[in-house]
Amino acid sequence: MLNNKFSQFYTKNFEIIILVIILSFLLVSMALLTGGKFLKLNSLEAMAFQMPLLGLLTLAQLIPMLTGGIDLSIISTANLSGIITALILTNMKAWYSVPLAIFLGLCSALLIGIFNGFIISFIEVPPIIGTLGSMILIKGISLAITKGYVISGFPDSFLFIGNGYILGIPTPFIIFIFFSLLMALILYRTSFGIYIYMLGSNPLATLFSGINNKSLLFKSYLISSFLSGVASLVMISRFNAAQADYGVSFLLLTVLICVLGGVSPSGGFGRVLGVFIAVTILQIVGTGFNLLGFSSHLSNALWGIILILVIILNRFYSKTR
Amino acid sequence: MKNLLNSKFFRRHEFYILLIIIVLSLILTIINPTFLTLDNIFDLLRNNAFLGILALGELVVLISGGIDVSFTAITTVAQYIMGIIITSYYVNNIFLTFLIPIPIGVVLGLINAVLIYITKVHPVIITIATLNIFYGLLIFFTGGRWMYSFPPSFTDFAYIKVFQVTTPYSTTGLSVFTLFWIILAVMTWFILKYLPIGRKIYAIGGNLEAARRVGFNIFRIQLFVYGYMGFLSGIAAFVHAQLGQIIQPNAIVGQELDVIAAVILGGASISGGTGSVLGTILGVLLFAIIKNGLILMKLPSYWHQVVVGLIIAIAASFATYQSKLRWKRMVKIDVE
Repeated sequence: MLNNKFSQFYTKNFEIIILVIILSFLLVSMALLTGGKFLKLNSLEAMAFQMPLLGLLTLAQLIPMLTGGIDLSIISTANLSGIITALILTNMKAWYSVPLAIFLGLCSALLIGIFNGFIISFIEVPPIIGTLGSMILIKGISLAITKGYVISGFPDSFLFIGNGYILGIPTPFIIFIFFSLLMALILYRTSFGIYIYMLGSNPLATLFSGINNKSLLFKSYLISSFLSGVASLVMISRFNAAQADYGVSFLLLTVLICVLGGVSPSGGFGRVLGVFIAVTILQIVGTGFNLLGFSSHLSNALWGIILILVIILNRFYSKTR
Repeated sequence: MKNLLNSKFFRRHEFYILLIIIVLSLILTIINPTFLTLDNIFDLLRNNAFLGILALGELVVLISGGIDVSFTAITTVAQYIMGIIITSYYVNNIFLTFLIPIPIGVVLGLINAVLIYITKVHPVIITIATLNIFYGLLIFFTGGRWMYSFPPSFTDFAYIKVFQVTTPYSTTGLSVFTLFWIILAVMTWFILKYLPIGRKIYAIGGNLEAARRVGFNIFRIQLFVYGYMGFLSGIAAFVHAQLGQIIQPNAIVGQELDVIAAVILGGASISGGTGSVLGTILGVLLFAIIKNGLILMKLPSYWHQVVVGLIIAIAASFATYQSKLRWKRMVKIDVE
């Protein structure tokens, strides 16, 4: 009985178990390689400050991928909404300027989400090409607004988002945990979340069971852009600056992390927990390599190799199953 | 005449692109008469040979139902190794130089094909991973420094013209790299249209499962598709180094989406099975003309991306709308 339950747990969570094994292996080897430097409080703290940005962007990529699509515009969305926030913060010195800047920044992200959602769900442009267009378009708008310059110098109350502590825990990390839990709640405990999974695995079946596929897709790109907006707040607050092309290399990384975390590129499968662990894995590799003095290019290559190995491993496991 | 207007060509995607190109050229010429000079046109054809060659490879991949985003890394690796070999062994022979990057490209392309076949994951994921691997390892091992000062044969080749035209103002001509582009386009067209492998590529792009059941060897076709992309990446590596007379490892990576956008603008479908060489060439030209036109119109460069993004969004929406209409018409016929 117990054995049966265990094997059920094992089959259900195979991908998570593999990820945890990789995670602990990396933790131990990084700790050994850096001579314990890795497990010092300040390097763990540095990780807790760096991880949320990539993590939030990955959450933004997660929902479109669950529906079988992709959102290539998340980074440019984050940059544009960051620029809007930054413009208000630097040009307006009133007591309400910080909340207003945050609000309008998130609104601009939502506006982009409406645009993406419209061309993908109502005109039915394939997501990869629709968001490619909006990615270039939005980046162009950001460049036209900033003329390529950096906007910097924000009030301290805003810098708290990216650099402060709440009860000794870095604020961005708390924001990341909050949105991870929120996403998990939406995906597993609401009918909207369950429909998203169903849409990803069989859009025809959802259509015939009376679900409005179009509005579902529309909402999923809206959520994606909203999360990019949240990521932008963390980003510009951490850097104390906004610019048109920050974090361009994160785009492919978010896709990679989702797949590493067990999200199926064709949609329908994937869990927030898996993505969370995958973000941690990438951060450990990145920080560890940094401490070891390796170039970031080598860690890029290693991330690619890890991704392919995990895919092959999953594939052979599901074959034997 | 009526027959001509009703003929297939005028209902095809290529026709619309050609129309846009003509209208755009007319507008640009009115705004700035230097646009429609032989000088500018030959320059345009020369400078876009690199993207044009890569677009041909991406076309084949897209027709097969796949996608390759790693070709910029393949091109960079092939180019860099070529640069190292010709400078350190002083290869003063342009033909040998030309031959170096090709096998490197083919091998890297075949690696992609093998990984895509054994993992059975969407090619976009695998090629994102291999993009990072190829490029990351290259920069890690070489340090990513720039290379210039090549043997004289390398420098001289870049100025070869296939034929020269003397206008009252200047002497210009068709660059040898444009000829490369034309030859490769004809070759790709021939492969896709007349060789069995070309028809098989369309078949697996249209319906993979059906092609498998008919008994096609999917693995062999994929090897060809990604190998061909690698082959063209190798040639493009040579052309790119020639055009700039400098090898910078960070010059090419990042342009992959431009190439894919040009191919899709040319009528290839992201889901496979459709696309033509003519459309791809027109797509690349349209892109080139837009960029060239923006420069001639003296619009600040940060507006370029807004225009390009809008064009992709509109073109993609238009193409989707058209195929939806066609589908509706098809359904109607079924009912009647």
